[in-house]
Amino acid sequence: MNLLTDIFLAKAAFIGAVFAITLGIAAYSTYFERKIAAFMQDRIGPDRAGPFGILQPLADAVKMFMKEDFIPANSNKWLFIAGPCLSMLTALMTSAVVPFGDTVTVGGVTFDLQGIDVNIGILWVFGIVSLGVYGILIGGWASNNKYSLLGAIRAASQNISYELAMGMAIIAILLFTGSLSTKAIVEGQQNGHWNIFYQPLGFLIFIICAFAECNRTPFDLPECETELIGGYHTEYSSMKLGFYLFAEYINMFISGAVMATLYFGGYDYPGIDFVTAQFGSTVAGFVGMGALIGKALIFVFIFMWVRWTLPRFRYDQLMGLGWSGLIPLSMYNVVVTAFGILIGKPFTAGIVGFLLLIGGMVVYDQLFVKKKIA
Amino acid sequence: MEISSIWYFLSGLTLLSALMVVFARNPIHSVLYLVFTFFCISGHYVLLNAQFLMAVNIIVYAGAIMVLFLFVIMMLDLKRNQPESKSSLTKLAGSVVAGSLLVILIALVRQNNLPAPSEGTFVAKTGMVENLGQLLYTEYLLPFELISVLFFVAMVGAVMLGKREAGERNF
Repeated sequence: MNLLTDIFLAKAAFIGAVFAITLGIAAYSTYFERKIAAFMQDRIGPDRAGPFGILQPLADAVKMFMKEDFIPANSNKWLFIAGPCLSMLTALMTSAVVPFGDTVTVGGVTFDLQGIDVNIGILWVFGIVSLGVYGILIGGWASNNKYSLLGAIRAASQNISYELAMGMAIIAILLFTGSLSTKAIVEGQQNGHWNIFYQPLGFLIFIICAFAECNRTPFDLPECETELIGGYHTEYSSMKLGFYLFAEYINMFISGAVMATLYFGGYDYPGIDFVTAQFGSTVAGFVGMGALIGKALIFVFIFMWVRWTLPRFRYDQLMGLGWSGLIPLSMYNVVVTAFGILIGKPFTAGIVGFLLLIGGMVVYDQLFVKKKIA
Repeated sequence: MEISSIWYFLSGLTLLSALMVVFARNPIHSVLYLVFTFFCISGHYVLLNAQFLMAVNIIVYAGAIMVLFLFVIMMLDLKRNQPESKSSLTKLAGSVVAGSLLVILIALVRQNNLPAPSEGTFVAKTGMVENLGQLLYTEYLLPFELISVLFFVAMVGAVMLGKREAGERNF
């Protein structure tokens, strides 16, 4: 019984730490987003609050809390409040199954650096992602505003469309691992056998779908200012708006962590054996946690980089890409992967499949697509 | 806490939210209660140690189908398209039919004592995804494949119906 409570306390402390790390990273993502945008547009960016503007997130939070919290007269009051709450809830729930590190021993208690290791781990991620749209949908409808409703409806159809391709991309990973557990997926990639080398196409599909699921540019149609004022959060003010924006940054970090788990070896890093031999497995586990968070942060940077580089899609282009671009591609990926596993050469099959696809696209482009002559 | 008290709590919650689906006046609230009912049912799956079913239930029903429900209901103009209130005769007939169905179901469950799994042969991991997959792809392969064909036909039909005819307007 004593052991049980120890493990319980350790897990509780770990989950609290993950919670704090996620919120902290999300808060500072807002700062770095503005800094990166400023860098790309040759500006300075926030530099007033503290040295280098490092206290800007705090100032933003104070501003958000101090503003008037306004609920429109003809809105559905409870659902209007529930919208941002649901957004935050679903954004934070995904991290429960992400394996942040290997087994560590602290104060005589041995536990995994993971919230829960269930044997349906990746399905859990997938399920929570599919619930993420409720916050936007409910908030947009409850605002009783046509622009909000349009944004919400766009969000719903976009999420459902891109979930399909995302699920198919995950299936190729599952073919390799033979398990739905995120821990088993990471353990299958130890010592540099990262899935990205076997699944370049799958990763491409997955990252595009992650952009769409997070409602990030170039797929941020639900909050497209030029067409919809502010999209689903037009009527929101104060911290409710803050929750919506915050949930987006949390989603970015978590989807980065999920991508690192699925394709970039999770908490694996070069020299893990050396660290284990020198300092013991506990230190190696915590360094692995740092490695995973570092990989996730690289993905957060890529999210921002793309946002300030690419223009927004048109809505029919978005749907066309999802349904007639990514879904056939992911089916192709599943078939190629299955064939590679069947003949026992998954690495060669993955690379050859990718090259064949690019070759086929070039040939198709040359033969059938009419070029505009400038 | 006893596991049975969790079960009672969850069942009560399920029944309550399922009733609220019927009694809610606003169709959007009704759909949201239905989503909540699906979550409760997923909770029951967890208690039965069927985690895979729980995840699939959430992904398919709560995550996809109910989102489409909400989507369609939000597109309707609720203020103008209020359903006409039924006459008292239809209300009476509905309650009689539903009530007799309830009585029949209760009588059936009371008469047929469903056999509980004996403790000797009970395998706690039946609901795990590995065992489920083994069963689906060996013993129940033919029904499984037939259902896939059925889904495929339904999908093709939906695409056919949703497809724009040549010359039809875009919007």
